[in-house]
Amino acid sequence: MSENAQVSHPYYRIFGILTVLTVAEILWVFVVPHSRMMLAAGLGILAAAKAALVGLYYMHLKYEGKLLWVVALFPLTLVIVMIAGFLPDAIAPY
Amino acid sequence: METIAATLPAKKPYSFTNGKLAMWLFLGSDAMGFMGLIGAYIVLRITSPDWMNGKLDPGFGINLTGFMTFLLIVSSVTMVTALAKIEKGDRKGLLFWLGMTILGGATFLGLQAYEWNLFIHHIADLASAYTAETGKEAPFTNYQATFFSLTGFHGLHVTIGVVYLSCIWVRAWQGAYTAENHSPVELVGLYWHFVDLVWIVLFTIIYLLPEPPA
Repeated sequence: MSENAQVSHPYYRIFGILTVLTVAEILWVFVVPHSRMMLAAGLGILAAAKAALVGLYYMHLKYEGKLLWVVALFPLTLVIVMIAGFLPDAIAPY
Repeated sequence: METIAATLPAKKPYSFTNGKLAMWLFLGSDAMGFMGLIGAYIVLRITSPDWMNGKLDPGFGINLTGFMTFLLIVSSVTMVTALAKIEKGDRKGLLFWLGMTILGGATFLGLQAYEWNLFIHHIADLASAYTAETGKEAPFTNYQATFFSLTGFHGLHVTIGVVYLSCIWVRAWQGAYTAENHSPVELVGLYWHFVDLVWIVLFTIIYLLPEPPA
């Protein structure tokens, strides 16, 4: 790819997908019958998909180099480690 | 489906400005602040068998917050459109779409203030009923504390974003940005999309996951 290459951005398509996913989240909670575990799992997947679309397309991570990916993903890794570290103490009876 | 052609640097490592790296580092550290709060929320939530106390915690209507979520998504698309306009040298387009983004952010803040007002009054009503029934002062629950901490911290970011966007709008109105020189527009866009991204998570964990009061 040459410097300053023309890139076509599907901004409005992403907007449509984000809107559909938001409606799907609300339907998943209030319309679709399921267990509590399924509720949380479904919402987690839908929210992660929306966050990924915003990061990849609106924040242009899809077009960036590896260094910015590291900067973006580092905090996510830390919070997973933090929650995993806290949970055993939090769950244990005292 | 309409797409917007925009000019971007080639896809290669380190093909970004110092300003963009600084903004990403700031967003990374800011994300850790949010994730500390969100992590605390998750741990408290998982370990509380009765997360919402039916006598103390009001539930939410989803219509208002669903609309607020849609509003932030719309403001994100107006922001990327503003960037695409100035990349093509369209200053009037930049001013219009930046203005729409500011309007979206300000409306979101107004709705959040309205929601907080409703929530605070509802909590006060429930607390009065609790005191009348038990003779004890109503406690401040983890649910209430985490709600105000998370939405308040996010609201502060939206407020800063609206001020930041307004400053960029004034500079755009003064003619500071061109097709070749518009890095500050891209940076404010990164900040604004980050605020949108955080709200996507908060909307899910605060408004869609709570158990209804008994």
